[in-house]
Amino acid sequence: MSLLQVEDLTKSFAGLTAVDSVDVTVADREFLGIIGPNGAGKTTLFSLLAGQLPPTRGRVVFDGRDITGWSPAKVADAGLVRTFQLMRPFESMSVLDNVAIAAHHRHRSRKAARRHALEVIDRVQLDRYVHSPSGSLPTAGLKRLELARALALEPRLLLLDEVLAGLVPAERAPIIELLREIHADGVTVMFVEHIMAAVMALSERLLVMAEGRELALGDPQQVIADPRVIEAYLGEDYA
Amino acid sequence: MTALTTERAPSVSSDDPRLKDRSTARTYLALVVLLAVAAVLPFVLDEQTETVAVRTLIFAIMAVGWNLMSGYGGMFSFGHAAFFGIGAYTDAYLLVEHGISPWIAMVVGASISAAAGTLIAFLCLRYRLAGAYFALATFAFAQVFLLVVQNLDFLRRTEGFNVPLLTENSWWMLQFEQGSHFYYWIPLAILGAGLLGTVAYVNSRSGQYVQAVRDDEVAAASLGINVMRVRLVAVAISCAFTSLAGAFYTQYYFFVGPEQAFGSAVSVNAIVPAVIGGIGTVFGPVVGAMVVGPLSEWIATVLREPPPFLEFLQGVTGLDVAVYAALLILIVLFMPKGIYGTLRDRFRS
Amino acid sequence: MTDTTTSPPETQPDDGKTRSGRPSLPLLPLGIVGAVVVALLLVYTVGGKDSGLVTQSIVTGLLLGGVYALVSVGLTLIFGVLGIVNFAQGAMLTLAMYLVYQMVDAGGIPVYVATLLAIPVMFLFGVLVQAALLNKLTMADNEEGPLLVTLGLSLLIVNVLLMIFGGRPKRVPSSVEGSFEVLDAIVSWERLIAFAGALLVAGALTLILRGTSFGLSIRAVSANTQGASLVGIDVRRIYAMTFGIGSACVAVAGGLMVPFLSLTPTVGEQFTILAFVIVVLGGLGSVKGAVVGGLVIGLVQTVGALYLPGTGSLILVFAVFVLVLFFRPQGIFGVKQ
Repeated sequence: MSLLQVEDLTKSFAGLTAVDSVDVTVADREFLGIIGPNGAGKTTLFSLLAGQLPPTRGRVVFDGRDITGWSPAKVADAGLVRTFQLMRPFESMSVLDNVAIAAHHRHRSRKAARRHALEVIDRVQLDRYVHSPSGSLPTAGLKRLELARALALEPRLLLLDEVLAGLVPAERAPIIELLREIHADGVTVMFVEHIMAAVMALSERLLVMAEGRELALGDPQQVIADPRVIEAYLGEDYA
Repeated sequence: MTALTTERAPSVSSDDPRLKDRSTARTYLALVVLLAVAAVLPFVLDEQTETVAVRTLIFAIMAVGWNLMSGYGGMFSFGHAAFFGIGAYTDAYLLVEHGISPWIAMVVGASISAAAGTLIAFLCLRYRLAGAYFALATFAFAQVFLLVVQNLDFLRRTEGFNVPLLTENSWWMLQFEQGSHFYYWIPLAILGAGLLGTVAYVNSRSGQYVQAVRDDEVAAASLGINVMRVRLVAVAISCAFTSLAGAFYTQYYFFVGPEQAFGSAVSVNAIVPAVIGGIGTVFGPVVGAMVVGPLSEWIATVLREPPPFLEFLQGVTGLDVAVYAALLILIVLFMPKGIYGTLRDRFRS
Repeated sequence: MTDTTTSPPETQPDDGKTRSGRPSLPLLPLGIVGAVVVALLLVYTVGGKDSGLVTQSIVTGLLLGGVYALVSVGLTLIFGVLGIVNFAQGAMLTLAMYLVYQMVDAGGIPVYVATLLAIPVMFLFGVLVQAALLNKLTMADNEEGPLLVTLGLSLLIVNVLLMIFGGRPKRVPSSVEGSFEVLDAIVSWERLIAFAGALLVAGALTLILRGTSFGLSIRAVSANTQGASLVGIDVRRIYAMTFGIGSACVAVAGGLMVPFLSLTPTVGEQFTILAFVIVVLGGLGSVKGAVVGGLVIGLVQTVGALYLPGTGSLILVFAVFVLVLFFRPQGIFGVKQ
């Protein structure tokens, strides 16, 4: 059963087509890795799916509903939640309140929201920082905070934009483990990442993008063996 | 139909000590004490000082109202005179022309004010007017109100309204003998309600949302927050509350004209106390009003019998506003969190 | 980080985020001019007013609009480069007028000479304001801070002037009396000089911005502050100079207007908001827009006064403003973001 269907999705900025006629279907509870060189359109794709940018052409169907052109809030409300590559905490607030903002979505009362937020904070192991101002977190903490806020919304489909970028390997491992757990809990994940080890460890299928287009899609091992992929993406480093 | 995460047993119990919100409880307590102390002040103040205190309360009400949308909501209004003026004129018009009680006029004025504010803010926000642009657009709208009132016959153009004097005290008509303590207690009660309401609001879901939107609009939207709606809620509350100050103004001074209600100085009077005291804090606007309210009185006192080195200032007009302007500049440059905000941060660390 | 250094400085102040990179077509500006002409023809033909009166209003409006334009050029320049809406623009105009008044009254200097002398003084004043009060906030990208500081500055200037000169209106004796007639409309030399002087300065400013290396630096800073500083431009200096130029604009405008205005400390107040309306109409940051906007608003005000006397014509000005805000918030020459 498919959770997300993307049809002919295109975004042109005058003179530049950032996302060019992408067709992809994501199955319920799938873990889809997305790779591609810088400027391949991965983040733009996320912005289109999450409603932050209106597409030039094409259609997005999520959970049986056509969500093309919906506002970001409505998309998130429907269960499609993204994180940002550049962390965007609410700086005037504590970590707890940051996550509670998202938890409020399903809990009207402040108390219930904070309680749910605490659960998520414990889960992403931010418990040392519960009452710290969010602006004071180190990078690894901010990455976890992005994740915690997204999780507090109880998403069905999670779009993760380089949650491992900027972390040292020792910091990556627990987050990779956490992502595995989240996926095991039944959340569908689209995972944009440059760290190939993580991509290969987690992804069930792999989408390669280049210049806004879908270059290859399928079994991760087969995809990265595809000569076109090696040429377009890995070529510089591996050829 | 949400994901399976909800099916786990909650791992955090509802009496987890980390959930205790001590600072909010402390704020409520401090507020109650503060209001109780303020309530007995009329018994110790002389009549002249009480007049200054009433003016300070009016400043404080405006600043608290302004702070809701501009401090917590991050939408800088330079046109709060519009909402003060709506309150003042609704009161004057309904009372003078139709004999309607000020209490009812307050409700009507607050509703009109909230509606007008929401409409203006909607138009500004729809076109993504932010920051300085938003501020000046609101300023322009307040000017429009001023001009419109000055050109409308049924609002008596530039003449304004005089509140008819009654022969006896009347709660219903909000009129008491000169020097009555009720003229102090009523705005104090309004201010108290506003402060308690501020704490409740900023800790509510809607209030938390609007602060999130202020900090990062894009991130807030991606977390499912309807940015426009939560902003407009903040604007509506802010404008409604500010209009109460206007209604009380008319009742207290027995007169309101276009400049007193809609003049740009009125907008400034809403902004300056909040900035001096501390934007986006509960107590900041009150602290600021306590500085700004008595300032002109204090300067007038100094000028009546100036020390020798200030003698050249005797008989000069404009000094009070000049001092207040200089104070505003200095605070923005050197204490951007305001007097209260700066002190609070120092105590915390 | 690399792309910030290569950003071309040719871009206009307000189109940092354009996706096309193409300049907007001049269709809309032409359309606006056309609409204004059509509106004026309508006033003539079916407006129900004496045509001599209408001509007089148009002439007065255009002449007034020229001076509005100059005040607005200062505002738009400061906004385009520093991102600051200078709330004290009107108060600085008043300050310049009193400066000229004082030179004429106490020093016996002819008014237009005094205006020339006021230019460097106001320029320095602007540089000082930026350096002492605004630089820290501008560099920190604080948007509300400068607005509050300039609000405070505006109150300070007006009230210090009130303390020194009192509230009684002052007049500056004219050095060029008289008037002449054009198409039945009376044009006073003072107003014509003001109009010509204002447009001359606005034109000169445009040439400086386009043609000199100093102008190039200013445009570079306005297009991309970070990039400009990376290629060795002293951003603080450019900021201070720009504020100085914006301030010098009001010195010229003030001096040119002084002969036909009665001077009070609050005389400039309405110019802040008028200039803001003009700048929004023309497009924030666009010098061309400020000039066209100034002329349009001048016309709206004077021709509108035929129908709505007194403060009523200002309502029309604000009506234009609200329409622009709703239908073209980027203004005539602004680029959609």
